[in-house]
Amino acid sequence: MIEVERLTKYYGTVRGIEDVSFKVEKGEIVGFLGPNGSGKTTTMRILTCVFPQTEGKATVAGLDVLKKSLEVKKKIGYLPENVPLYPDMRVDAYLNFVAEAKGVEKRKRKSTIAEVTEQCGIKEVAHRLIGNLSKGFRQRVGIAQALIHNPEVLILDEPTIGLDPKQTIEMRELIKGLKGERTIILSTHILPEVSVTCERVIIIHEGRIIAVDKPENLVNRLQKSSRTYLKIRGPSPKVMERLKVIPGILDVERKEVFPGDTYGYIVDAKKDVYLGDHLFPLILENNWKLWEMKTVSMSLEDIFIHLVTEEDRGA
Amino acid sequence: MNFLPIFKKEIRSYFTSLIAYIVLTVFLIISGYLYYSDLAAFVVWGGESLTQGLWQFLLHDIRLILLLTIPLLTMRLFAEEKKLGTIELLVTYPLRDIEILAGKYLACLCVFILMLFLTLLYPFVLALFHTVEPEPLCAGYLGLFLLGAAFISCGIFVSSLTENQIVAALVSSGFIFFFWLIDWNESVASPQLAQVLHHISFFEHFYNFARGVIDTKDIVFFILFSFFFLFLTLRSLESRRWKGLK
Repeated sequence: MIEVERLTKYYGTVRGIEDVSFKVEKGEIVGFLGPNGSGKTTTMRILTCVFPQTEGKATVAGLDVLKKSLEVKKKIGYLPENVPLYPDMRVDAYLNFVAEAKGVEKRKRKSTIAEVTEQCGIKEVAHRLIGNLSKGFRQRVGIAQALIHNPEVLILDEPTIGLDPKQTIEMRELIKGLKGERTIILSTHILPEVSVTCERVIIIHEGRIIAVDKPENLVNRLQKSSRTYLKIRGPSPKVMERLKVIPGILDVERKEVFPGDTYGYIVDAKKDVYLGDHLFPLILENNWKLWEMKTVSMSLEDIFIHLVTEEDRGA
Repeated sequence: MNFLPIFKKEIRSYFTSLIAYIVLTVFLIISGYLYYSDLAAFVVWGGESLTQGLWQFLLHDIRLILLLTIPLLTMRLFAEEKKLGTIELLVTYPLRDIEILAGKYLACLCVFILMLFLTLLYPFVLALFHTVEPEPLCAGYLGLFLLGAAFISCGIFVSSLTENQIVAALVSSGFIFFFWLIDWNESVASPQLAQVLHHISFFEHFYNFARGVIDTKDIVFFILFSFFFLFLTLRSLESRRWKGLK
């Protein structure tokens, strides 16, 4: 559905993206993951014909974004990052304008608007001024305007940024509900976001793609060990010594000191080892106290550091 | 050409954001006051032909108010879209740049025509107790219309360059004013240069219309002037293609 080949964009002498290539199949939800300023928005703007690339080729449904931009625009619904809307327009008037601008036929316009309003949950605010809406509703109006011509491709730039946790969950549900036949690309810098909504992730850093994979594969690939945090009451040197000899344990590190002979440890173990099997008998046997035990999952930062160092080593 | 969606949006926006009402009110109050003063002067002092001289005075006065009010109508057209960031969405809709421009230009032109239309009240009132010759008046209004259209295209161009509406208004006012005065330094310009300046000055071309003379040369000047600035605006909109947004 979307094919991007060696796409490069320079703003003057500043690099936006370089040599970006990927493919998105019809009906897929793909997440663009990367820190701010990594080139997510640049890529999206090229795909939505806001500006052209410096080099390379991008096609949407087989249509070149440079040569057939008018047709490409008809196939794409776009939600820019800060959801720019006209504050002095009412929601229904605004959607009517967008429908007209996007060439929705006059006799279908009313029913389309009603449908989209319903789908995005903005029926109750349809008569209100956009400028008076909360961030959550504005975001929904933004999605509604992107959907109004029933596009085959939906491109959403940071659709959950600035929303409260409840709104974020609702937004994710909304996006999942939009899938159907549609191809969706969304960008984010929040890792759980992608694992929840996306089938595939494209990780982009400093304008280059550094990984393309399913979210679970990425975590598996990068997380070579499982990491656990333990807070144990007991003599530290002995605890360390005994922990280290548990089969499958790779490394033990003392992290924190608490009053009353209590310490926090970070334990790295092989991925398929269940720490508790050996840990609990050990603690009982020595009459130590286990105060806390939790899995330390890999954060986005860790993944980036991993990928970036891998990249550097490769280069 | 699919300029209607933008056209309707702009018209709606003029009247929901109140800017059209405010500009209309200010315009009508000042032009009404000037009309009254001109008329009173002619009645008190008598003298010249009322129907010709009076309109000449009035048209020149309205011209001055347009200089101040039209930039207020054009300033928001692109500057606001840039400031709000809505231009980014607008350019992803299946509309050509020229359709966006045409929608905005025509919307502003319509508000301007409404302004002019309302001033027609003055000759109608006068016609109740004095004969009014319609022909020179028509020429005068054609002149005002062409002049306003040129102002608008100039203002819309400046608006496409900035995201600050105040800058847009001020710079277009200054720009128009400059084209007004451009041939006033005849005494220091060389004769050849003075000739050229003479031909590109608003003042000269409008003067004929105000006297009731329709000269194709003047019509062509205003139309060319408008098209030139609309062309520049189109280039300015396209510039995002080669320099990135903003």
